[in-house]
Amino acid sequence: MATRLRFENSCEIGVFTKLTNGYCLVADEGSESFYSIFESELADVIPVVKTSIGGTRIIGRLCIGEYFMSFCNQYYDMPIRLLKTDFRYCFVGNKKGLLLPHTTTDQELQHLKNSLPDEVVVQRIDEKLSALGNCMACNDHVALTHTDLDKETEDMIADVLGVEVFRQTIAGNVLVGSYCAFSNRGGLVHPHTSIEDLDELSTLLQVPLVAGTVNRGSEVIAGGLIVNDWTAFCGSDTTATELSVIENVFKLRETQPTDIANEMRKSLIDTHA
Amino acid sequence: MAGEAGMFTVHQTVGTVLCCKCGILMAPNAANMCVKCLRSEIDITEGLQKHVIIIHCPECDCYLQPPRTWLKAQVESKELLTFCVKRLKNLNKVRLIHAEFIWTEPHSKRIKVKLRVQKEVLNGAVLEQAFLVEYVVQDQMCESCSKVQANPDQWVAAVQLRQHVSHRRTFFYLEQLILKHDAAVRAIRIRQMDRGIDFFFSNRSHAVKFVEFVQKVVPIKSRSDKQLVSQDSKSNSYNYKYTFSVEICPICREDLICLPPKLAASLGNLGPIVICTKISNVIALLDPLTLRHCFLDADQYWRTSFTSLLSSKQLVEYVVLDVDPISSEVNVGGSKYVLADVQVARVSDFGKNDTMFFVRTHLGHLLNAGDYALGYDMHAANSNDMELDTYKGLVIPEVILIKKSYEEKRQKKRGKPRSWKLKSLNMEVDASETRGRADEEKRNADYEQFIRDLEENPELRFNISLYRNKEYQPSEMASVTDGEEDAPSVPLEELLADLEIQGEAEEDEGMKE
Repeated sequence: MATRLRFENSCEIGVFTKLTNGYCLVADEGSESFYSIFESELADVIPVVKTSIGGTRIIGRLCIGEYFMSFCNQYYDMPIRLLKTDFRYCFVGNKKGLLLPHTTTDQELQHLKNSLPDEVVVQRIDEKLSALGNCMACNDHVALTHTDLDKETEDMIADVLGVEVFRQTIAGNVLVGSYCAFSNRGGLVHPHTSIEDLDELSTLLQVPLVAGTVNRGSEVIAGGLIVNDWTAFCGSDTTATELSVIENVFKLRETQPTDIANEMRKSLIDTHA
Repeated sequence: MAGEAGMFTVHQTVGTVLCCKCGILMAPNAANMCVKCLRSEIDITEGLQKHVIIIHCPECDCYLQPPRTWLKAQVESKELLTFCVKRLKNLNKVRLIHAEFIWTEPHSKRIKVKLRVQKEVLNGAVLEQAFLVEYVVQDQMCESCSKVQANPDQWVAAVQLRQHVSHRRTFFYLEQLILKHDAAVRAIRIRQMDRGIDFFFSNRSHAVKFVEFVQKVVPIKSRSDKQLVSQDSKSNSYNYKYTFSVEICPICREDLICLPPKLAASLGNLGPIVICTKISNVIALLDPLTLRHCFLDADQYWRTSFTSLLSSKQLVEYVVLDVDPISSEVNVGGSKYVLADVQVARVSDFGKNDTMFFVRTHLGHLLNAGDYALGYDMHAANSNDMELDTYKGLVIPEVILIKKSYEEKRQKKRGKPRSWKLKSLNMEVDASETRGRADEEKRNADYEQFIRDLEENPELRFNISLYRNKEYQPSEMASVTDGEEDAPSVPLEELLADLEIQGEAEEDEGMKE
């Protein structure tokens, strides 16, 4: 099931949180109730980590060019907040690993290493496009990246996250991380994506994709939606129609975290038997 | 572009998304909402006027463009549509696409206009919407129509303008000022009276405005009275007729005045024998013997309200025999004077006796030996002025020259039309009040005198409009002048400048008709 919520009166919850199948990161300065929603939904399955964003404040500012290119038009009424807690856009990761921009402090890096499960590789990368969240989107198998990303970064992404990397645009936008959200089961992309693009992307990702919106017609999908294989959170402006699209494409109705375990067990049993 | 460069391009098919509100399938747009939902969310005609009252003159089919322009427009015409659309406020916040009339029954006094407007809403999505504006037509006669319709007998306010002097020149001058400033356009009736003019208005405020205008151009004293015509005590409404009695000060230009001792003292012992050089809303007085001058405003004048000792009727013609300037040119209150000792003799005495006068005059800059001049003959005058008697031992000069005379030169031109003319107010003359031909002749003489004054004084012309006389043909005789100085006339340039004004004036008249 998808949950609707807001972060300090902002519906752009994707900016302040990061959700994967293996862990969930939440901005530290947020209210306790915001944190507790994640806690109640996820805590017994995956770790929910509050991360200091003392360092990311600066990153937010460094990322301003990248960030505002895509967002300024729609969200110019809240740049201060975005500067303060531009959180998600520093991270990219899946259940196998987490990539941090070069501006991350050692302390934060250590904190994340301590908090996350041991099998998650936490790595800081040296990439001039430091708003990694804007420039990349990934699930556990495939990553879409900004077309101008360094070759080394691309290699590192493939190593750390264990994914295939494709340089792509979505509906003509290079900020693929902002305009799409996908899990291992489905994906939502920018509403202006043409049918040919949708076909191409879903062939690459090997998941069904649909063009859609969040937050009452907003096309910045990743800003208003965070999703993993069994749950999704979206901004509180999201309408029922949008919610039903999200639940359908990400197949959230039939899934529970235990389903996956059961499935895995079944396959294990299958192989052992 | 890519296609032109021969590059391979993937054909892009526009996909469909669900409307974020109602969930129907639609092409993606900027708001990602279907048009119906967008309409239900946002009304772009909010804040636009849907009901407007417009004022229409039923007589001439004009519409009032506030504050006071009247626009002529036919029903369902392009002009009327423009007018209607212009009357809408806040229309600049949207983009007007289309406007059309919707037929309405003429007697309904309604005009309906259908407008289509566009406006940018929600992330650059442009919404178009049609709406109806209803104009309520209220009939109200425009100013020019109400003036035509006004019944001159049904006046509410009357202004009685009076000046107690023997000539009408002040009124001729005032008439020109009124014409130039359109001060009496609202008068429903103008009537020429003995020693004055009556103006009748249909509204008290028009009369008050007119009195204020007169106050600005001449020194006046006015009082107002009202008479109760009818009354309705139940609705507490009273119907009055108002009368404004306006008296213009009896001092005229070129009058000789003996100032009352108190006033003379308060003006720094001016005079006491002074001449009036100019009348506007103040009276300009000049002492011809010392060139000292002063200005009296209406208040100051009416406090003492002296009369003139001698007025321009009593001017006597002199021959100047000798001029001896005793000062350089002095600028006094805007005009130039030179103090001079002159030797003059009465024209009537000339060749009969040897009576000559040695006097001081302020006209040294104008007079030359052999010229004619007009002046007051104090030597022969038998004055019974009270003020003059209060001064003991006052030495009165025998002659006080007032102006140069052009009588001789005018002789040639007599009877010929002038190259310019003046307009005149449409005045009624009460037949019972005119006393036959004598009165008529006197009036014409005054008018001629007024016109000569205008020719001689550019200062007087300054405030009034002269128009070219189309009937005037410059005669060949006039061009063959003997090198002498000619009698003053109005230079052609002044008239040419007025030529355009006249054209406009005629158009205006055409419009009014």
